[in-house]
Amino acid sequence: MDILTCVKRVPNTGEKIVLTDDKQAVDASGLGFTVSPHEECAVEEAIQQVEQHGGTATVLTLGPEDASDELVTAVARGADEPVLLEAPDTSADPMATADAIVDYIESRGDGEVPFDVLLFGNESADAGNYQVGVRVANALGLPCVTGIKDIELEDTTATAKREVSGGWEVFEVPLPAVISVKEGINHPRYASMRGRMQARRTPIETVEVDLAGDERFEMVELEVPETEAAEAEILGDSADAASAVVDILEELEVL
Amino acid sequence: MSTKDFPTSARTVIIGAGIVGNSVAYHLAEQGRTDIVLIDKGPLPDPGGSTGHASNFIFPVEHSKEMTLLTQDSREQFRDMDTFTRSGGIEVARDEERLEELKRRMQSAKAWGEPAEMLTPAEVKELVPYINDDIILGGFHSPDAGVCDPLRAGEVMRARAQDKGALSLAPNTEVTDIIVEGGRVTAVETDRGTIEAEEVIIAAGLWSPKLAKMAGVEIPLTPAVHQMISVGPIDLFEEGEGEINYPIVRDVDTQMYERQSGNDMEVGSYEHRPILWDVEDVPSLDEAPLSPTQPPLTHDAFEPSMQHALEIMPEILDDPSVEIRHEIDGLLSVTPDGMPLIGRLQDVEGLWSCAAIWIKEGPAFGKMLAQLMTQGYCDIDIHASDVNRFYEYGNSRRFVKNRADEGYRKIYGIIHPAEQWMSSRELRTSAFYNRQRDLDAYFFEAAGWERPQWFESNRDLLTKYSAELAHLMRPNEWDSRWWSPIILAEHLHMRDHVAMIGDTGFTIFDVVGPGALDYLERIAVGRMDVDVGRSVYTPILAENAGFVSDLTIVRLAENRFRVITGGGMGGADKSWFRAHLPADGSVVLDDQTSALCTLGLWGPNARDVLASVAEEDVSHDAFPPYTAQDVTIGEVDAWAFRISYVGELGWEIYAPMEQGQRLWDLIAEAGEPHNIRPAGMGVYGTTGRIEKGYRLYGHELELEYDPAEAGLTFHGVKDLDFIGKEAYAEALDGEPIAKMCTLSVDDHMSSTGERRFMLGSEPILTTDGEEIVDDHGRRSYVTTAGTGPSVGKHLLMAYLPTDLAEEGEQFLVEYMGEQYPVSVEVVGSRPLFDPKNERIRS
Amino acid sequence: MVLALVEHVEGEPLEESLQMLTLAREIAEAEGESVHGVAFGDGVDGLTDRLEDAGLEVLYMVSLDGIDRYAPIAWAASLEQLADETDPAAVLAAGTDRGNEVLAHIGARNDLPVVANCLSVEVGETYTLERQRWGGSLIEHARLRAGPKVMSVALHELPIESAGSGAPTVESFTPELTEVEHLVTVDRFEESEEEGISLTDANVVIGGGRGVGNAEDFDKLEELAELIGAAVGSSRAAVNEGWRPHDDQIGQTGAKISPELYIAAGISGAVQHMVGCKGSKHLLAINTDPEAGIIQKANWAVLGDLHEVIPAITEEIRRRQGE
Repeated sequence: MDILTCVKRVPNTGEKIVLTDDKQAVDASGLGFTVSPHEECAVEEAIQQVEQHGGTATVLTLGPEDASDELVTAVARGADEPVLLEAPDTSADPMATADAIVDYIESRGDGEVPFDVLLFGNESADAGNYQVGVRVANALGLPCVTGIKDIELEDTTATAKREVSGGWEVFEVPLPAVISVKEGINHPRYASMRGRMQARRTPIETVEVDLAGDERFEMVELEVPETEAAEAEILGDSADAASAVVDILEELEVL
Repeated sequence: MSTKDFPTSARTVIIGAGIVGNSVAYHLAEQGRTDIVLIDKGPLPDPGGSTGHASNFIFPVEHSKEMTLLTQDSREQFRDMDTFTRSGGIEVARDEERLEELKRRMQSAKAWGEPAEMLTPAEVKELVPYINDDIILGGFHSPDAGVCDPLRAGEVMRARAQDKGALSLAPNTEVTDIIVEGGRVTAVETDRGTIEAEEVIIAAGLWSPKLAKMAGVEIPLTPAVHQMISVGPIDLFEEGEGEINYPIVRDVDTQMYERQSGNDMEVGSYEHRPILWDVEDVPSLDEAPLSPTQPPLTHDAFEPSMQHALEIMPEILDDPSVEIRHEIDGLLSVTPDGMPLIGRLQDVEGLWSCAAIWIKEGPAFGKMLAQLMTQGYCDIDIHASDVNRFYEYGNSRRFVKNRADEGYRKIYGIIHPAEQWMSSRELRTSAFYNRQRDLDAYFFEAAGWERPQWFESNRDLLTKYSAELAHLMRPNEWDSRWWSPIILAEHLHMRDHVAMIGDTGFTIFDVVGPGALDYLERIAVGRMDVDVGRSVYTPILAENAGFVSDLTIVRLAENRFRVITGGGMGGADKSWFRAHLPADGSVVLDDQTSALCTLGLWGPNARDVLASVAEEDVSHDAFPPYTAQDVTIGEVDAWAFRISYVGELGWEIYAPMEQGQRLWDLIAEAGEPHNIRPAGMGVYGTTGRIEKGYRLYGHELELEYDPAEAGLTFHGVKDLDFIGKEAYAEALDGEPIAKMCTLSVDDHMSSTGERRFMLGSEPILTTDGEEIVDDHGRRSYVTTAGTGPSVGKHLLMAYLPTDLAEEGEQFLVEYMGEQYPVSVEVVGSRPLFDPKNERIRS
Repeated sequence: MVLALVEHVEGEPLEESLQMLTLAREIAEAEGESVHGVAFGDGVDGLTDRLEDAGLEVLYMVSLDGIDRYAPIAWAASLEQLADETDPAAVLAAGTDRGNEVLAHIGARNDLPVVANCLSVEVGETYTLERQRWGGSLIEHARLRAGPKVMSVALHELPIESAGSGAPTVESFTPELTEVEHLVTVDRFEESEEEGISLTDANVVIGGGRGVGNAEDFDKLEELAELIGAAVGSSRAAVNEGWRPHDDQIGQTGAKISPELYIAAGISGAVQHMVGCKGSKHLLAINTDPEAGIIQKANWAVLGDLHEVIPAITEEIRRRQGE
């Protein structure tokens, strides 16, 4: 199984997000970067599937040179081949992002899609557009399933499960296919020390891309919404609170 | 606490609820303070500062006595709170130089009373089965090392203070301003209201500079990164129960440690390039993904450390299933010299600093500060941590960062006792500086001042004195590092002829006003009501009769006195003097440190030199010893003080700084016919002084010793009241527990046939090799080591228990893993050289 | 005209869809047009009644030839074909998994921008809109020029309002689908199985910290956990005390949990612990110390002794189950 996993580098924010002065981006200074939990799981899924079926786990990101840190992290965990589509920043719109990914895949393909599975996170942590995977699938004429929390691969098909109330919706799609996964599909491993060291020495395939933004959608600025400091509701100060606690358990439907 | 019961006033406000703030709160309560409020911007028990991510191990042995004693005290406190786990710790050596250093660790362990042993690689392996013993040469084992839980300790300390009804808590409260009115702190403003306060303690770790700035003062530290990863799960550790079952390993040659924590191994490093932050850039609690002091690991910086960790513990760390589960650039506080910043912030009354403290010293420093605040002195002398040591020269961001950057690389380094800082040099240069540089001075730095330690231009003197110095040369590189035999030659030249020593670096302040005499009588042991022009050398004591300082005071006029003290402790001395100023404004301090330069002129020919250029009569009768008067030297209006720290006839000549160079030239020219040479601080600070048995604050004189023990009883007990009088009188009345002695080394020869020379801080042992402890639990160690060229011996100063302090008595000194015979030359303060002080009085 | 995808479960419209319709009506009003709903499912009873107040002029009931279950591309194709017929100014759906997925397909198939999780729209030649980013932590102000405007609506941000216009006209619609559009469809539904409860999978986790006091008293937590199918974890402090095995540790060096509810008992809330449980949807803290940091982070707190509170909860559940 040759699997391509696409990830997006985003600032690793805390509870409160701070914007740059021009309100065009998140001020990431001092915070560091990461990828969304969905994408961490996508990378882990690729590693596990390749461990099971053989093949190559390629991991790709689009962004500036520094974004390769996230590729190194993925390789440290067990991905095989890192690909950086180098662009000035990571804020490209979903259409341009999808186009760049499609161009790359086609450039490697000789008219065929050179991967069995294209994995995406269900949505990026920052933009939350829910569509890069779908757009890539469409452009390549591949079937696409999203919101997936379980994948079984066979030679020519993928069985993918999506969690809904009370159970699972099961899709069966032919390969190659695009699959967007959700956090919870697996428990992503961390890198080992040796893995981390070797990852830093793994050469990164870098392709410079020219992004043409879509002028039909244009961000004006970002805003941090006012939030009221949430205070815990005090249910009581003794065993008498038990009834209120059980009410909450019932309300949350966890009993 | 809801806003409605937020306190509006308190006696004491402590800012910062990390290990330090909690400890200050607890110990203030122990000392009887009530009405304390502890504020932190974060939640309890982990408000997000460095305490929350520390690796929490306690490695007790350091070369600094102060830090070792404080660590031991902290360990006791952690143990008392049931928050200490003894695991032992091992520092391993990867090379020969480090193995030597570990022997010096043994020496310090003995000096400060901490059990320790040297281990072979196989013995290390027995204790740490997963270590790669192929790459180590040995280990230094500290069996009583261990780990603590500072968050839990904080809870216990808060609970104890609350049980006394002394403490209220204000977590999640951010200080927005510290209000200062009329030079004293009056209130702390927070985002939840204003608290009026009489005293405020800044215990805010790396945020301390920001808070100090609110009050218009400075706490010189910078946030710096300490990289740490936590890897696991490790099968071997799964088998054990609890937090730690194997000794902590410090792989000091790679500036790293490996410490078990549950089924993880924490791998920490100081090896990476220094990564210094600005406090303004530290994210807030809300902004930080983890905590404000746990930014993400800078991966490239950590890579060499990763390699080193895999090398030393391959069995457990080089395993694909052992994952990096946590990785941070942990932020901690680094100061210009690596030591903490404790004490009174002298520009604002009621404002205190307790910052830049490692977890392992936290409880003790809290205790010391509480003692300082409530009784004016503390159990352990913490002068090396006095926040005032950078006063008025070392608070700039550039200075702090330069020194922090340099010091960071030495956290696990092998630091020579005389090691000099290389960054931010030439910060304070005197009027003599250019002339000294032209004479190839080798400069040392003290409190920012550049001071010649010796002059390469005097190298020819080595030939002249080769016979006298042959047996005092130091063949070993370590012994002679930061040292030159030229110092000894300059010394002999001075004793034979005359030397000029540009000893700028004094802190000088005049005490002025109608209340000056009464005020100084209250501060000093000596009688201050002397004639104008007379001087008094006097101890300055705390209430326990321990030394706060020793200094010289000259009466300039009826209501004007000049205080002259060492540059290094000048800031602290000034702080002490300011803290005791009368409230009625009848005394002011007038700082002259930067206005005056000081040129020492000493030796048998000194009078001839001075007489040839001074307009005034400088004969013995006209200018007796220990007096001062105005003199005109050439064109320079100067003030001369006939005193000597090297035991010679001569003067300290004070002139306006801008005339200093002319003064230097005049004396140099006048001295030429009298065979004058420049000499460095090596003579002034060590060789000259040690032959004369002169004590130095911070070495022989400390809070833990009183004047009777130091042999400085010549003032007797004056009728007037002064600080420390009661304890001082008691000390003079009885037999001292210990006595300051001067010893000489009888045999320098090591087992490898090399002559070795001690450098200070070595343990003094009985001839059976037993450590020596006096009735107060104080141990005998070398307070100063230095060569006395005129007596032809290498001399050691040390306190010995009174029953052992006999002239001629034999002891051993342990140095770099070997023991050398020494004997007591002098008990008490009698000079070894010129015991009757005839030279000074000539 | 505004075309709106109305999701429902057996005829009961989703709240999220009703919220979406609030914005759909606003847009339609500003455009001077009406809202047409689109719902999938053959012969669904009651949906029209439920949508009486929703201000829909028309409700298209779409049946898909040979497809019974959810089929994202077929749904997208259906909406496209309806749009071709009705030329809507905007196509809306709730920002649910399905809504976002279907709109993404529409965007991809027609080269249109799709704006997810909108909060408000100012109608004009260009739409000026606000949308959620960073999971709702940020608002993006943006302009959308394309036509039609394809937008999903943020969940649980807008009110459900009654438009009081009466039941919509129902029109049946059966799109023509290509083979490719049939390709991706839910093949079958599987019931959830009860699985062994691990910390990271559990729906409810009960964590015990130093406040538990000893290893034995974790039994109280275990008893409650067993009753409600929860997993028991612990803080590093409790592990370091040797009360629990290392594997039970929740925190930055232990398990990272994301249950529906995390009950933290006798845990003060050190950063190292909070990192491990911040994925929890809800947090209930039981702690005697009102100043404990974990109280700040909790949705609910009981400021009492866990040794009494936990058994009382167990007791209360048994009592209710017995009823």
